[in-house]
Amino acid sequence: MAAPAARVLEHELLVYRRVWRGSVFSSFLSPVLFLAAMGLGLGSLVDANAAGGGGASGSAAALTGFSYLAFLAPGLLASNAMQTAAGESTFPVMAGIVWVKSFHGMIATPIRPADVVVGKLAYVALRLLLVSAAFFVVTVLFGAVTGPTAVLAVPAALLTGLAFAAPIAAFSATQKDANGFNALFRFGVIPLFLFSGTFFPVAQLPALLQPLAYVTPLWHGVDLCRSLALGTAEPAMTLVHLAYLGTMTAVGVAAALVTFRRRLVR
Amino acid sequence: MAASPSGSLIHARALTKRFGGFTAVDAIDFDVAPGESFGFLGPNGAGKTSTMRMIACVSPVSAGTLRVLGMDPLADGPRIRARIGVVPQQDTLDMELTVRENLAIYGRYFDLPRPVIRQRVDELLDFVQLAERSGDRVEPLSGGMKRRLTIARSLVNEPDLLLLDEPTTGLDPQARHLLWDRLYRLKQRGVTLVLTTHYMDEAEQLCDRLVVMDKAQIVAEGSPRQLVERYSTREVLEMRFPVGVQETLDGQLDGLGDRVERLPDRVLVYTADGEAAGAEAYARGLRPEMTLVRRSSLEDVFLRLTGRSLVE
Ligand SMILES: Nc1ncnc2c1ncn2[C@@H]1O[C@H](COP(=O)(O)OP(=O)(O)OP(=O)(O)O)[C@@H](O)[C@H]1O
Ligand SMILES: [Mg+2]
Repeated sequence: MAAPAARVLEHELLVYRRVWRGSVFSSFLSPVLFLAAMGLGLGSLVDANAAGGGGASGSAAALTGFSYLAFLAPGLLASNAMQTAAGESTFPVMAGIVWVKSFHGMIATPIRPADVVVGKLAYVALRLLLVSAAFFVVTVLFGAVTGPTAVLAVPAALLTGLAFAAPIAAFSATQKDANGFNALFRFGVIPLFLFSGTFFPVAQLPALLQPLAYVTPLWHGVDLCRSLALGTAEPAMTLVHLAYLGTMTAVGVAAALVTFRRRLVR
Repeated sequence: MAASPSGSLIHARALTKRFGGFTAVDAIDFDVAPGESFGFLGPNGAGKTSTMRMIACVSPVSAGTLRVLGMDPLADGPRIRARIGVVPQQDTLDMELTVRENLAIYGRYFDLPRPVIRQRVDELLDFVQLAERSGDRVEPLSGGMKRRLTIARSLVNEPDLLLLDEPTTGLDPQARHLLWDRLYRLKQRGVTLVLTTHYMDEAEQLCDRLVVMDKAQIVAEGSPRQLVERYSTREVLEMRFPVGVQETLDGQLDGLGDRVERLPDRVLVYTADGEAAGAEAYARGLRPEMTLVRRSSLEDVFLRLTGRSLVE
């Protein structure tokens, strides 16, 4: 990373050192609670049902033979990356531009708007790595992990997060106030969290809605993480996921370079 | 120091800033010499901040020429910014960080090595009298302390040129005087100061030379003293009348001085001899509630040039 962007990253980490406590619940405890309640609690019902009358409900086939806990854990890993990314690329970006104006302070020095974008996203990447690794360790402790290659789900979650962080940061830099963020979470993040395969296979959705779920970015992230974690990844589909998420990241970065510049340099 | 065509630190010709169809800075010309302390004086919306932001290389020039430290902001923005200090109109401090951290991270933006930063931060904290607060978070600090911190921060790269956009607006008199003193010391050390203000006393205290801006244009230029001599009289007689009386004075004020200005709340008589004008007014039967004779100031220059008060 170029030196000026590294300085922006340094700033973000310095602020994070002050405020990290506040983020522990949303980005770590919350997915762990979901894993415990859904994976262990609800999972015991699902698994019993699958073992007993599986033929009737079809859920054993849908979960492709894994425990519900093992199925759920990588889904939560991916969704949590999305949520962390969305959190870090909305309000903090608004703070940098409008509330605290720290980005304005930066660009009064040799730092350029492009460095702000790169440094900020580098920071989000570090945060994603941190929360994904921490959550992965928890899933191991829960016994939800099937083999050593499951650790590949962590970089997959990182990519999933970045695929959201970059375009959302670009969007945030166009906003006058935080009102747009409420819509983003209400109509974007939360529906994706619920219906993109985190909690149940998309195949369980009404046939009409399935194609919709398959084009959502979170489904690609969830399926990538899950197939890597369960060792069921197929090369072709994995490439599709990587290409989809990689493209979203690249387009998002390109857009953020434009919107940050427009907003900061006027 | 890189020389611009004219040898000046800032060189502007027909400098223009447009926001969409609106012209915020309309083809202004000015030069700032090394070591000089230069001011933009003008009311709200005159275009001071827009001009400062162009100089600071955070706002592209719409038309005209601008050279800062002999370089072109468009091509050399980061190199210019490396050598200037900026005190923006609105603070951009990190509220979550401590006083010391705010200074240190800013030093990092200029890529200064950490040992250098440590030493400078200590010096700067002393310079702006914030050493006791160095470990405190910024958020609860008073406005004056925050402003002092912003000024300290702008000095962390030991700039050749310091840009101050309304450095003391909103501060109490004591805080303003402390800031003026610090700025004066910087000037003594050879730092070139460019500041905007709508306080005439600030301009008179700090500026070797200034331009008066109004409605996107420069309407006068000179030292504070030259401007007063050129556009005003030596003294001013101020008279305040009981409510309702001022409206009845038509004709009775004519010829009291070189020029008479009627503000909503008082009458200003411009004259070389305020006492004499006061006596003449009394002789004419005028009975103001209050009279005051004072020396002319930049406020009067501004009133003369624009027909409006500086601070509304
Ligand atoms: N980003 C912007 N977009 C549109 N108009 C702007 C923008 N920035 C400034 N203006 C307009 O340009 C004009 C000059 O503004 P500027 O901030 O330069 O004035 P100023 O002299 O600094 O005033 P003040 O004393 O209030 O700080 C104002 O009418 C303002 O509304
Ligand atoms: Mg201004």
